[in-house]
Amino acid sequence: MQYTHDEGMKVMKDMNIAFASGKGGTGKTTVAVNLAFFLAYSRQQVQYLDCDVEEPNGHIFLKPEVHTRTPAMVMVPVIDQDKCTHCGECSEKCQFNALVTLPSNVLLFPELCHGCGLCVSICPEEAISEGKREIGFIEKGKAIQDIDFVHGILNVGEPMAGPVIQEVKHQYRKEHIRVIDAPPGTSCPVVKTIHDADVVVMVTEPTPFGLHDLQIAVSVAQNLGKPIGVVINRQNGEFPPLVTYLLNNSLPVLMVLPEDIEIARCYSRGELIIKTLPLYIDQFMELAVNIGRLLGKKKGGR
Amino acid sequence: MTNIKEMVIISGKGGTGKTSLAGALSSLFQDRIIADCDVDAANLHLILQPEEVLQTKEFTGGKKAKIDPERCTKCGACKEACRYDAISENFVIDPFSCEGCGACYFLCPAKAVDFSPRLAGHYYICSISGNGRFVFAELLPGEDNSGKLVAAVRNEAREEAVKTGVNFILIDGPPGIGCPVISSITGTHLAVVVTEPTPSGIHDLKRIVELTHHFQVKTALVVNKWDIHPGYTREMKQYCAENDLIFLGQIPYETAITKAQKEAKTILDFAPECAASGAIREIYTKLHDILEEA
Ligand code: SF4
Ligand code: SF4
Ligand code: SF4
Ligand code: SF4
Repeated sequence: MQYTHDEGMKVMKDMNIAFASGKGGTGKTTVAVNLAFFLAYSRQQVQYLDCDVEEPNGHIFLKPEVHTRTPAMVMVPVIDQDKCTHCGECSEKCQFNALVTLPSNVLLFPELCHGCGLCVSICPEEAISEGKREIGFIEKGKAIQDIDFVHGILNVGEPMAGPVIQEVKHQYRKEHIRVIDAPPGTSCPVVKTIHDADVVVMVTEPTPFGLHDLQIAVSVAQNLGKPIGVVINRQNGEFPPLVTYLLNNSLPVLMVLPEDIEIARCYSRGELIIKTLPLYIDQFMELAVNIGRLLGKKKGGR
Repeated sequence: MTNIKEMVIISGKGGTGKTSLAGALSSLFQDRIIADCDVDAANLHLILQPEEVLQTKEFTGGKKAKIDPERCTKCGACKEACRYDAISENFVIDPFSCEGCGACYFLCPAKAVDFSPRLAGHYYICSISGNGRFVFAELLPGEDNSGKLVAAVRNEAREEAVKTGVNFILIDGPPGIGCPVISSITGTHLAVVVTEPTPSGIHDLKRIVELTHHFQVKTALVVNKWDIHPGYTREMKQYCAENDLIFLGQIPYETAITKAQKEAKTILDFAPECAASGAIREIYTKLHDILEEA
């Protein structure tokens, strides 16, 4: 079957395309921002959501004009020391060791609190109420080429990325192609991010490191039942173990970018590859078409 | 009192060449234990190629909830309590959304929720060539990226250091600025930040330094691929001078590093004469002096 560029675009509308990688530095953001730009340039409505809230970098390339900035809040318990009888019930049940009962009061370690609300519901004296604490913020704006831009930023020293990611995801816009930059790695925040992705694009490097990390990331996405495609970045001669792995697991290669010091330079200046090095436009067009194909398969399969 | 010096290599973000540098440095330091604390995606073992796993230990993480459908009366109390939308319409818990807070377990009137600890990963104590010891861990995919596992690895490394009488512990830290990084830097003698001269590199550097300063850890900087943007490299040097950081050195862009990785070798073994190898040897000499003094 022939598959055209335009059909690919249609299939992508209102879909979540998540970019993940077993580890940081594989070029995940580079690929995501360039694709977002390419799609927007092809007159699609694009939303870019940066869920890499520990170190969001998409804005460096997409240069959004931020028009709203809202704090990301989590719930924290507020303890009424007058009502509290220091029974220890709350600190014993808190799974995250965020509370410590002393003979004279109850101490809260806010960084450890997950805001689950358990302590509020179990305190026999009703001595705990819900307060709020800021752990980061969300910025929204318009980026180049009219891309709708959202990112979350976790405050330094805050360990919990989840709630900020959740906030970013609440900003989903309908009728857009949503390009989502996931955090690196394979832990909780990544799972949170790709949980509702329609397709996961894994960006990897053809080295033993890259392959090792890719395998872990793929197993996470497979557990979630996501269609997966792979982008090979910094290709510098073939790496046979990667080729074998991709074949054995029927993972399609969506795009290959070569190792090119010009790309590294372009990145270091905060520029988009397809603007500075237009010879790569074809690659991104291919990426778009291939993602559309993966999505089409998914739709047909249901 | 022991006098064991701990040094950790970190980066505001992954992919800056942290592990390649850690691998190269571990072949230069003689008297050391090496610990890979990047538990989310441990990679150092691919370079160090341990000879033998001496011990494997299990790591149990947080608890996860599971509803027993036989006992569940579908009263809905758990679903109402769960703030993470982990419980479906028909009372099945999605393990990927469950935070393990226990609200459903404690509040279920029918005692239908099982809430027990789960295996979250393993850690391994290995021997590497030259009678050295290497500790690394692997988190099961999708598990919580736990600072606790990092702490377990560091503890194990310390015990091994005492047992075998070595003076240095070299830690390959996790990327980022989250919980596992905090666990890997607290109480170390020196944090070496590896970065690249790019706008995001500068941004990430500032954030990670905020963190190391917050935890009062002495901090040094290595700029990798410095020649892709000499201007930013200068800016970073300047930043070091202004912020009480040690500038340890700069490594040029070197395609042989990828080739070395493909053959699972350190750059020092693969291309000992290249400029990058020279730069790493200089970094080592400085590091050694700093740690001796620490
Ligand atoms: S459960 Fe309530 S009464 Fe008991 S120690 Fe906690 S806050 Fe105080
Ligand atoms: S809200 Fe949950 S995590 Fe926070 S202190 Fe209460 S029980 Fe602990
Ligand atoms: S609270 Fe217990 S009994 Fe009620 S729906 Fe949940 S699991 Fe079932
Ligand atoms: S343990 Fe907490 S997060 Fe998990 S299902 Fe129960 S209430 Fe929800």
